[in-house]
Amino acid sequence: MNLITRGILQIQEITLLVWRVLRGMLRAPRYWREMVQQMDILGFGSLVIILLTGFFTGAVLSLNTATTLQKFGVQSVAGQLVATSLIRELGPVLTALMLAGRVGSGIAAELGSMLVSEQIDAMRALGTDPIKKLVTPRIVALVLMAPTLTVICDMVGVLGGLLAAITFQGQATSVYMASAREAVNYNEIIGGLVKPTVFGFIIAIIGCYKGLSTSGGTVGVGRSTTQSVVASSILIIAVDFLLSKVIISLLLDPR
Amino acid sequence: MANNHYAIEFQDVSLAFGDRIILDNVSFGVRYGESKVVMGGSGTGKSTLLRLVLGLLKPDAGRIFVDGEDITDYREEQMMKVRSKIGMVFQEGALFDSLSVYDNVAYRLREQKVPEDDIEAVVLRMLRFVDLEDAIDKMPNQLSGGMRRRVGIARALVGSPKIILYDEPTAGLDPITARTICELALKLRDLEDVSSIFVTHRLQDIEVLSSEYVVRDDFGNLIFEHEGDKLCLVNTKLMMLKDGDVIFSGTDEEMRQSPDPYIQKFLS
Repeated sequence: MNLITRGILQIQEITLLVWRVLRGMLRAPRYWREMVQQMDILGFGSLVIILLTGFFTGAVLSLNTATTLQKFGVQSVAGQLVATSLIRELGPVLTALMLAGRVGSGIAAELGSMLVSEQIDAMRALGTDPIKKLVTPRIVALVLMAPTLTVICDMVGVLGGLLAAITFQGQATSVYMASAREAVNYNEIIGGLVKPTVFGFIIAIIGCYKGLSTSGGTVGVGRSTTQSVVASSILIIAVDFLLSKVIISLLLDPR
Repeated sequence: MANNHYAIEFQDVSLAFGDRIILDNVSFGVRYGESKVVMGGSGTGKSTLLRLVLGLLKPDAGRIFVDGEDITDYREEQMMKVRSKIGMVFQEGALFDSLSVYDNVAYRLREQKVPEDDIEAVVLRMLRFVDLEDAIDKMPNQLSGGMRRRVGIARALVGSPKIILYDEPTAGLDPITARTICELALKLRDLEDVSSIFVTHRLQDIEVLSSEYVVRDDFGNLIFEHEGDKLCLVNTKLMMLKDGDVIFSGTDEEMRQSPDPYIQKFLS
């Protein structure tokens, strides 16, 4: 099978998986308990890395832009610059990339191991639909938790930027915060939430698809895990470009 | 048309993965209460056969009947009802790693929203049957290979299915543990009237399953006996697969007399 045929086949299989998930959501049983459990494992479990990512990204952004802003005599807009960059771009993308690395790989590895050790077949043999029990809760969890974590990443990033501005530029807290507040409006927030929702879906569906299409034993599990991270990371960056264009056209700069 | 005497029936079933033919026009039936021991080398389609019965795979051609129902074209939702009649024992047990022994055995009942008190009674009964009550709170990674498979049997027995499928449950086990697994299969066949397909390539299993039986004495104790003057086993049949074809079907005595060089080599 050549590369193009394999690519088309994978798109077809992923579409089918999405269709099964959506169709399954309309019918009982629904695994609420698993959904909450996955929110805890995938979402709350990623909190620390998101806090660290957000904080240092905001701080380094503030640090790197300070000289340029000073050159033009507009150090006072540092807060706005950090907040806009984080809400529009860095918050959603960095959160998604961190989740793809931590959570997407975990999903692919877990489902892949279950597949090669016949646990998925056992589940079906015991009368459970693995799509409903394993895939849907992970998708729901990430679609809800990715935006939540992005908001936390944005907030901590702004604080990181503030700390850098106070420490290294001697800027007043009130100046930084007033400037940052200017960047926060409803359209920015909506735009900043649409992206991580889509990214969360991408991470979950790619992780689940790669896990459930594992072949070749434990070596295959490793391969699926790597492919899941690579595929979702590239998709996140590509979709980010397209979404940015749509969001700018519709919400931020409509002409 | 389904044969009313068969719990499982294959009619001219064929299946291929790409260019590789796994089953080629395979037909056979497992009568109610009968055990069918399926033998053959690796890659001859033994495990595939079981997956077809469960509807985990669909045949390219032919019909498959389970308990008189034609399941060949059943959708996944329809198969869920059929699967409640079947217990499957997987090769390595296929226990859910994240669940304890108790939760593994209780899995099917939890899915059916059975009250917790009832679940506990069933789980204890099943674990007692496989003699693993002590392992109730252990996690699968704390169990030996033989214990995992016995828990797998306990899990398959929940809901008292009248059809059990064994996918090489003794592979890689020491002779004593393998015998324990075979004895469980005998208990189910002779005392619970379960129909089964037992996939194996171990001659020792074939010997036990095709020449021993179990009875209960007046005090309720289990006694394992060899067929012979008192009784001749008619509820266990053997079937040999080779290159996707059934090359032998019959009793153990008939198999030993078969002139087929592959069978003779298998038995030697």
